[in-house]
Amino acid sequence: MEATEKKLKLIVFELQKEEYAIPVQQVRSIEKLLPITRVPNVPPHIKGVINLRGVITPIVDLRTRFNLEEKVKTDASRIIITVVDEQEVGFIVDAANDVVDITEDQIEPAPEVVGSVENKYVQGVVKIDKRLFVCLDLNEILQLDQSKD
Amino acid sequence: MDLNQYLDIFLEESKEHLQTINNQLLELEKHPANIEIVNEIFRSAHTLKGMSATMGYEDLASLTHQMENVLDLIRNEKLNVTTNLLDIVFRSVEYLEEMVLSISEGGDGKKDVKEVVSLLIKIEKGEEYSLPTNSEEQKSPEHTYDSYEITILQQSEEQGYTPYEVNITLRQDCLLKAARVFMVFEVVEGMGEVIKSNPSVDLLEEEKFDNSFQITMVSKEDVSSIKEKIMKVSELEKVSVNKLDTQLLADFQGESSVEVAVEEITAAQVEAAPTTAVLEKNEEKTTPVKGTPGSNKTIRVSIDRLDGLMNLFEELVIDRGRLEQISKDLNEPELIETVERMSRISNDLQNIILNMRMVPIETVFNRFPRMVRQLARDLGKKVDIEIIGAETELDRTVMDEIGDPLVHLLRNAIDHGIEIPEIRSRNGKPEEGKITLKAYHSGNHVFIEIMDNGAGISKEKVLNKAISKGVISQQEGERLSEQEVYQLILSSGFSTAEVISDISGRGVGLDVVKNTIESLGGKITIDSLEGAGTTFSIQLPLTLSIISVLLTEIENEKYAIPLSSIIETAIIKKEEILTAHNQEVIDFRGKIVPVVYLEKVFDVQKQQVEPPDFYSLVLVKKGEKIAALVVDSFIGQQEVVLKGLGQYLNSTFAISGATILGDGQVALIVDCNALIK
Repeated sequence: MEATEKKLKLIVFELQKEEYAIPVQQVRSIEKLLPITRVPNVPPHIKGVINLRGVITPIVDLRTRFNLEEKVKTDASRIIITVVDEQEVGFIVDAANDVVDITEDQIEPAPEVVGSVENKYVQGVVKIDKRLFVCLDLNEILQLDQSKD
Repeated sequence: MDLNQYLDIFLEESKEHLQTINNQLLELEKHPANIEIVNEIFRSAHTLKGMSATMGYEDLASLTHQMENVLDLIRNEKLNVTTNLLDIVFRSVEYLEEMVLSISEGGDGKKDVKEVVSLLIKIEKGEEYSLPTNSEEQKSPEHTYDSYEITILQQSEEQGYTPYEVNITLRQDCLLKAARVFMVFEVVEGMGEVIKSNPSVDLLEEEKFDNSFQITMVSKEDVSSIKEKIMKVSELEKVSVNKLDTQLLADFQGESSVEVAVEEITAAQVEAAPTTAVLEKNEEKTTPVKGTPGSNKTIRVSIDRLDGLMNLFEELVIDRGRLEQISKDLNEPELIETVERMSRISNDLQNIILNMRMVPIETVFNRFPRMVRQLARDLGKKVDIEIIGAETELDRTVMDEIGDPLVHLLRNAIDHGIEIPEIRSRNGKPEEGKITLKAYHSGNHVFIEIMDNGAGISKEKVLNKAISKGVISQQEGERLSEQEVYQLILSSGFSTAEVISDISGRGVGLDVVKNTIESLGGKITIDSLEGAGTTFSIQLPLTLSIISVLLTEIENEKYAIPLSSIIETAIIKKEEILTAHNQEVIDFRGKIVPVVYLEKVFDVQKQQVEPPDFYSLVLVKKGEKIAALVVDSFIGQQEVVLKGLGQYLNSTFAISGATILGDGQVALIVDCNALIK
């Protein structure tokens, strides 16, 4: 543990009433829902691709990824466009809420049970006042091989 | 100062200068008395030297410097241009190219150039010189050792070993040269230790040598027993073993001349600089000297930026589509007129943007004349190469891929096509063979032709070989047309060479060429007349980023099928679909063609379960094989901009990419190759 407090900015979004967070550096933009073209023969959580200003961008539904029940998309639904390992991928979330500033030492290891999200996708949790954010590991979420079966 | 940021520019410009030097040298060979050409070469060499010295590539600078000295003598008419001299200059340029290549691949651009530098110095001093030919006469310990190798030799001598230089010549008809080399090495290693081989072991393993090679070894045995043991390997013609005098080697190395060259550089740079300006004016006289780089104003733009521009432009095109629709709906004359104007302008804009990615094929063709020259000399043939249409433009992405296949085909033409001079004159042909390399546009395609006036392809030999290798059966062979027979030489595992030669026909055959071209969406055809020559004709799309597709619909999803794989479309009755072995097929003009339901392949959710009375089919091909794809309906033919699905979805089955349609929606592009087994 380092004594110096590294500052972090997190984008907070909502999924099944829970609040999740990813570092702002990994986020390129937040878009309203766009028409998605289905791509056949891919794992179910990959919803397809969109035309993001001329760039074909794959879209992952985080609900499906976390084995949560599918929900009808609303006006609040958003696509968070992220950059992971130089590839752009969009994530569908229920709503994008907030930006919070934290320091690195505020991230605590995830307790054994956090909502229904599998632990391997979780980097840690942050508690600010009465709110609890689950910090996600995008790299892990994008791993294709574990989801094929 | 951080020089890294200049590296790209340095590399680009070095390549340009080397190309100029190359072209002009070839020109000089034809007009040896033309001092104007020498000036041209000198100028490029001089710039190159300055650049590489600044960038800290000493070997590059010293070799260029030495070359420049020789050129200077020619320029001042103190030296005559001879074939021998040109050979050495060509060799220097080759080395320079290798160094630049090594730098561009992240290397340090260092290379052992002592041999060539010392030859250049000899020329400069007016001494006897000649390029050591690698076939005959390499008796004396001409090939040099570096100080490290000499030290090893001396140390092993102190330990009671004797250093030997062994020359081995294989028999002309030796079939598996690499295997013989291996056996020789095994024998040698049984008697002592191999210090060095010439050519290097890698080259020997790849059979990249003529018929002889040299090993430097240390052993405790004497000359005759070494010779005797090596001779036990079969298919060897000659083995000679000489004792090495390490003392002599060390002395020789001491007075090696490279250092001299390096020191002189700084002085020469200053002294030679003013010459360039004077020369510009009297260019019109004498034979044509081709345009210098820099005479037409250009800037370098990275492909990434152009891609960015293209993406934005597509957005504009999509909006244009919407505007057109709105103006049609509103039926307002003024609006319609404005939108039409805008459409025209954006069409022109599109052409300009696409053209920006186009480069003249010259950049690829340019490197061929010297290669042909060298190859012809190596094989003892006389070959002239004519290039037509070098200004033909091609998309940068296609250009990057096409070089290697062309090299392969040219080698093939020289190696197997053009006969040796004696045979040519016996057959009443001019001794010098001719290869024509031609490029031209036609419609949406670029054609590249490689014609030779050599021996042509023997239909019978090809057929016999194909049958004996099991590529086709006897019966199949009888039915093939002439064209189809020629195509056989492009199939894998096939080589027309009677004897496996050094130049081509080594493992990798023409099938690689075919694959590369087909992966670019192109085609290759062969035409030949026995005794008169062969023509390879390559058809390529102008650009890879725009393709013609047939847009089809399945339920509400749109799929694009590349026109290049479509034979035709058809609508057939339900009854015409037959089953054979549980596989649904149709009878397409007497050919049984399997039916593939795209909705099943792509797992489309169907509303209507009842099968329709009529099926819409798209007949697609992969090589000779055909399949019939079933879709719901055809939308129409369209030119689309091809886009990748990105890393994340890279390996999606039967989808090769995507495109953005006029309404902003994404349509997937079907990979027909994956659908046909």
